[in-house]
Order: sequence, then structure tokens, then C-alpha cells
Amino acid sequence: MSKAAEIERNTPSLALYAPRDASRLVARVTSVDAVGLEERAASLGRRSIKRESKLWALDLAIRSMDLTTLEGVDTTGRVVSMCAKAVRPDPTDVTIPSVAAVCVYPQLVPVALGELKRSSVKVASVAGSFPAGLGPLGARLAEIREVVDQGAHEVDIVLNRSQFLGGRYAACFEELAAAREAAGEAHLKVILEVGELGSYDRIRQASVLAMAAGADFIKTSTGKIGSSATLPSALCMMEAARDFSHETGRRVGIKVAGGIRASKQAVQYLTLVYETLGPEWMAPDLFRIGASSLLNDILMQINKERTGRYQGPDYFTID
Amino acid sequence: MAEIEKKATSALEQQRVWEYATAPEAKDIVRLEDRYGLFLGGRFVEPKSGRYFETIDPATEEPLAEVGEAGEEDVDLAARTAREAWEERWRDLPGKERAKYLYRIARALQERSREFAVLETMNNGKPIKESRDVDVPLAAAHFFYYAGWADKLDYAFPGRVPRPLGVAAQITPWNFPLLMCAWKLAPALATGNTAILKPASTTPLTALLLAEVIEQAELPPGVVNVIPGPGGRTGGWLAAHPDIAKIAFTGSTEIGKILRRNVAGTGKRLTLELGGKAANIVFEDAALDQAVEGIINGIFFNQGEVCCAGSRLFVEESVFEPLVDKLKARLDTLRVGDPLDKNTDIGAINSRDQLEKIEELVQSGIEEGAEMYQPDCDLPERGFWFRPTLFTNVSQSHRIAREEIFGPVLSILTFRTPQEAVEKANNTEYGLSAGIWTEKGSRILWMAERMKAGVVWANTFNRFDPSSPFGGYKESGFGREGGRHGLEPYLDLNGGNGR
Repeated sequence: MSKAAEIERNTPSLALYAPRDASRLVARVTSVDAVGLEERAASLGRRSIKRESKLWALDLAIRSMDLTTLEGVDTTGRVVSMCAKAVRPDPTDVTIPSVAAVCVYPQLVPVALGELKRSSVKVASVAGSFPAGLGPLGARLAEIREVVDQGAHEVDIVLNRSQFLGGRYAACFEELAAAREAAGEAHLKVILEVGELGSYDRIRQASVLAMAAGADFIKTSTGKIGSSATLPSALCMMEAARDFSHETGRRVGIKVAGGIRASKQAVQYLTLVYETLGPEWMAPDLFRIGASSLLNDILMQINKERTGRYQGPDYFTID
Repeated sequence: MAEIEKKATSALEQQRVWEYATAPEAKDIVRLEDRYGLFLGGRFVEPKSGRYFETIDPATEEPLAEVGEAGEEDVDLAARTAREAWEERWRDLPGKERAKYLYRIARALQERSREFAVLETMNNGKPIKESRDVDVPLAAAHFFYYAGWADKLDYAFPGRVPRPLGVAAQITPWNFPLLMCAWKLAPALATGNTAILKPASTTPLTALLLAEVIEQAELPPGVVNVIPGPGGRTGGWLAAHPDIAKIAFTGSTEIGKILRRNVAGTGKRLTLELGGKAANIVFEDAALDQAVEGIINGIFFNQGEVCCAGSRLFVEESVFEPLVDKLKARLDTLRVGDPLDKNTDIGAINSRDQLEKIEELVQSGIEEGAEMYQPDCDLPERGFWFRPTLFTNVSQSHRIAREEIFGPVLSILTFRTPQEAVEKANNTEYGLSAGIWTEKGSRILWMAERMKAGVVWANTFNRFDPSSPFGGYKESGFGREGGRHGLEPYLDLNGGNGR
């Protein structure tokens, strides 16, 4: 198994915090000034990443990608095709690495596992009444257990925004901790759905709550609502992760997802990671990009960096 | 299938540290002459003094060009030319006609913005991202803004009769060479005055390029004149000339005092924008990560060579440690080096003299017992460079807490209560700007009311807008630039018509 896709669990005890700490944790989260945050994100977004550093970033963007299909019309055929792309993004170029994982609905987990069993690519499944997360708790936990039993390596669940925005932090924490337990050895990514939280203060609080409850990754968005990941919201989460690591010694990964279609965006997110969390986070075990159409744009850009010319979209496979 | 795995890992994966490749802005957009004359009466002429001085790129110490030095005779000619232009070609021009020229200048600045940005960076040493995103756009914005006032002066001061003063002598500093020309020229021209601009002797090139733009905009000859030269001589003669009605000076407090003494009793109008030792005050409840950005921007913007730089940081004692930790970590990420590289955060110090002054004051900080922190970054071999620096263990009596350093050096002090913060922050001979960082709105207002500073920023720093007045208290000077207030120093509101 390739080391790139191997996620090492940072385990300095998940039991650092209990549900009764939740309110206190949320209350002492530092405020976030929207103007300053957006200014900083914009200024990092203007970094000029060229030549070798761009190639390296694009390579990492592929290695960190969760190639995703989450549609009601996903079929076996669709997932088989996407898995092939995940292993060999460019069939004509062996220097292009595989992606980190594919991300699918629970029903398609066995298909993906079958297709990827001899590759380094992991299988991630959404679970827990994705995307609203408001199914009965028992059913949500059962869904998590089931995908893990089937062999999913990673589970993407959503934060219970109903409880979080309603101020029921302890209940919210308990659910996350239960999900953490249900996921067992699998890696748990908690989607905050930043587009629904309404302020950066809330995003930072949600980040801290999810991290304290044991999330391996905190993730921006489901991609199922109008507003998805943005540079400032991702920066806000990264600052929370940096301080959390500083305080507890536990490194939590960041996954940005939703609306990331262009290589330039991917490079901007990597710049944010680099300048906020540092080089340690610049690897698939601590950074992921959830995307689908982004991959071909990256392939096109890599090709352009190497040859100096753009190729038409039909030179890259649509899977 | 082990083959797939082998192929599926890329060579690049081994390299874990990301280095930004150099991304220099191309210099070829700038066409430098070997030698520049004075801009007098609408064209470039040789200085009658016959003298030229060299101007350099502070990042490389390479000479860029020779620039004509205005002697006493040149200054006299400039003053008479500007006076004549005022009386015959400018004073009685309708406001909307004057506005037309200002709009032209503003648009030309935008059209040639890259050229201006690159030249500014070459001559001053500031990072290209700042000249590109701040200096040049703001300079254009000032011309646009005051163009709008030119035909509305009668409504700016209800019940008063505004009339222009005559010839304005405008002496600008080296830290924002082009922007300061814009701050001075735009209101002077909008209000119907003519101008003689004396750019700082280390950074005359963008002022001369601006002269080219003014020529291009077909301003009537003599309305704007640019006469470079050393402050002591050229500036002195200019300020003393009897045809000058108004002096606008931005620069050091030391020179400001000399000017004020010399102007006393002459009837000339004077505005001074001088030094500062601004306090940036961070309360416990502030958004700390954004406060860190604001502090960094406050002191390291333009290498700290900013009169309103937030050079004293007052931190509520309860958040001193986390804030200083964050600041140090942030300092380590600052990229110091080639100002033309688009990823450079901190460029070169403008001159050897300035560098020596910074070094001397930093040495005094160490000797007086403050604790210094500097990131371990490489500096280029040639040129004038200083690492971003912060001092803890600073007390009010240290020189680094009292004197303006005008460099990338931050002094950190603590306070316990808002009252103490106000007292300490105001305990300085300067009073140009201040920053307040708290999430509590009422505290912002309470503090702002008590700060003796011309500008008070809340949860931000170094933010400028042409519509917002800027200027100081105490030894930071008097008079306001920007906004409606910025019109007043160039007008006689009692209907007079020049002396």
C-alpha cells in the first residue's frame, strides 16, 4: 500500500474532552473578524505560484484528491469508470499519481472496494443521513457501522447543524463522539457545511467542537447546497486546526470540498495550508480536496507546464 | 498488481517542503532615461544649476538614473512660472474644466499602473505587491476623488466663499513617493491652485513619470512643476520664496519644525504631516488571528517606513503570551527579499542612512534591556535590508518605545485596564494614528474618544481612502489631507483672491 494514501491516526487520546466540556469549549473559541480574515485569505490567494512549485502543488493536489460522485443517479457503471480514473488519472502518463480516495454513497461502497482493492486508492463513503444529517440517531450510527463493516476506509458525516445552531453543544458533541466510535478504525471526516453556519465565528466554533469530539478531518461542505468551500472559510478552519494542534498536540486534517473546479483554486487552498499550518499538513494524510471535474483541469495544467501548450478537453478522459 | 502501485506514486512525492519559485515582475515595462531634467512650465528642461544627482535601486544599490537638481535660480523660475500659470491659465478656469484634467491624470495613472508600480518598487524598495495593490491604485483614486470636488467647492463649505490661495509648494517624502504626490497635487489642483512639487531626493523617479503623465494630460503649462533636489537646499529655497502662498510638507518632525519657524510671520499657509509612534491596542476579547494580521500589516507594511505605522503594540496582559507566540510564528512566514518578486512581503530599506538609523535604534533597544526576536531568514548580499523585528520586555521609557524608528521594528508593551491603555498610548510626543482591537463596540467608541490621534482604526490598520481625512495631533503635525477636510488647507474661505 502506498504511503501517500495511508492515513496515520494521531491518537494522543480522543478522550481529551467529554460532552460536558462542549459548552465551555465553544464559549472560549476566539472571535473571528470577517474583514480581516477575508483580507488575509485574498492576499494569500494572490501568491504567484509558478513553474516547479506549481507542478509540485498540482501533483500534491492529485495525491490529496477525494474523487467524488454523490448523485442520486450514480450507478455501478459510473463508479467503475470513476475508480479507473482514480487509479490512473491519465492513462497515457505513468508519472501522474493516483488520487487519495474515491468518495461515494453507501450503496456503492462494495463496487468501489471491488474496483480499487489492488490499488492504493481508499474508499470513502458518506454516511449518517448525508447531506442533512437529521435522520434518527440510531439509523445514522447504523449507517456508519454498515459502511465500515463493508470495508470503507473513510467515512464523511455531517455536523448536526440543527443542534449546533440551536446551542445544544453537549448533544452535538455526544453525537459526534458516538459517530467516532461507530466508525471504529475508519477515518472520520466531519462536514461543517460552512455555507449554512452564517458566520466565521460559528465556523471556528464548529471546527473546535468537531475536533474535540474526535474528528480526524474537518471538512467544509457537502457540495449539496448553493455555497460551498471558500478561501476565508477554509482559512478559518485551518487557524482553528493550528491552534488545536498547538493546545492538544493532535493534528486534525482539513478537507475542502464543493465548487473547486480549477487548478488555480486548488493551488490557492494549498497556499493557505502552507502558510497557516505549515509543511506538515501538505500531505494526503492531513489535507484533502473533494472534487470531480477538478482532476481534468489539473491534468491539463500539468501538461501545459511541461509542454508549454494547452491541449483540448477531448485529450483528457471523461470518467 | 504491485506494478500499479509503483507507477501510482510520483517522483514529486518525495519532496515534502514546498518552495515558491521566484516570480519576478518584469522590469522592461519601465523605460528609464539616463538623465532627467526639471519639469518646468510644461516641459522638461536642464537645471540652471547644472548639477545632477544619482538615484539608485535600494535593493541592489545599482544606479537607475541621474536627476537634475533644482538650484536657487531654478526654484525662483519655478515659483514665477507657477504664479504666472495661476494668474493667467488656472485660477479662473471653471471647476469642471479643472476636473477634466484631474480625471485625465487619474485615468492615465490607471492605464500605466504597472509601469508606475514597477518603477516605484525599483526606486523605493517596497514590494511590488504593495506598489501594485496599494500605492498606485490609491494615487489614482485620489485624483478621481478630488476631480469630483473641483466643481462643487461652493457646496463644500456652506455659507463660506472658497477661493484658491495661489502657488502651493509641496514637499513629499520617500516612503510613498507617488502616492504622496497624489495626496498633495489632487486637492491643490481641484481647488484652483498651481503647484511646485519637490519629491524626496532618494525617490524622484515616479514624480518625474507623473510629470510625463501631466504633460500627456495637456495641463496648461506651469500649473504643475516638478523640481527634485535635496530637502535642505531646494526645499528650503522653495519654502522661502515670496511667490509661494501655501506649503504642504510630509516628512520628519525635525524638518517640520524648521519649516514652521521659517514660515512664521510670512502669512504663508502651512500644513505638516510628520512622524508618528502609533499604538496598536489589543484587548483580550479581540479576534486574535486577525489582530495578528493587523499588527503585522501595521508595522511591516512598507518595511515599517510609514509615518502612521503601528510601532507600539499594547497587549492586554491576559493574552500577552498567546498573542506573542502567534506573532512570532507569523514573523517566521514573512518573505524578505527581491521587492520585484510578487511573493515578497518585505522589501528593501530605502537608503543606507535610514538603515543605519534603524540599526542604531535597535541596538539601543538591546542595550536598554528589551528582548529581541527576529526570524532566521536569509537576506540578499547587496542592498539595504533589515529583518522584521519585535521587542518584548519593553518599557515606556525605552528609546524604542518613544522614538520613531521608521523601520520594521515592533515594540510590545502590556496593559491591564482600558484606562491604562489610553494613558500609555497617549503618552507620546506624537499623535498620528492608533488601532483598537476588540469585539466590543462600546469599548471601541470609548477608546476612540480618548485617543489623541488623528486617525483611529478599529479592528484594522493602515487602511486609507481618499474620502477619509488623515493628519496628526501634537508633533505629528497639523492640517488634514483627504476628504472634504483636505480641501480646506488650499482654500481661503473668506473670499480672498490670493495675496
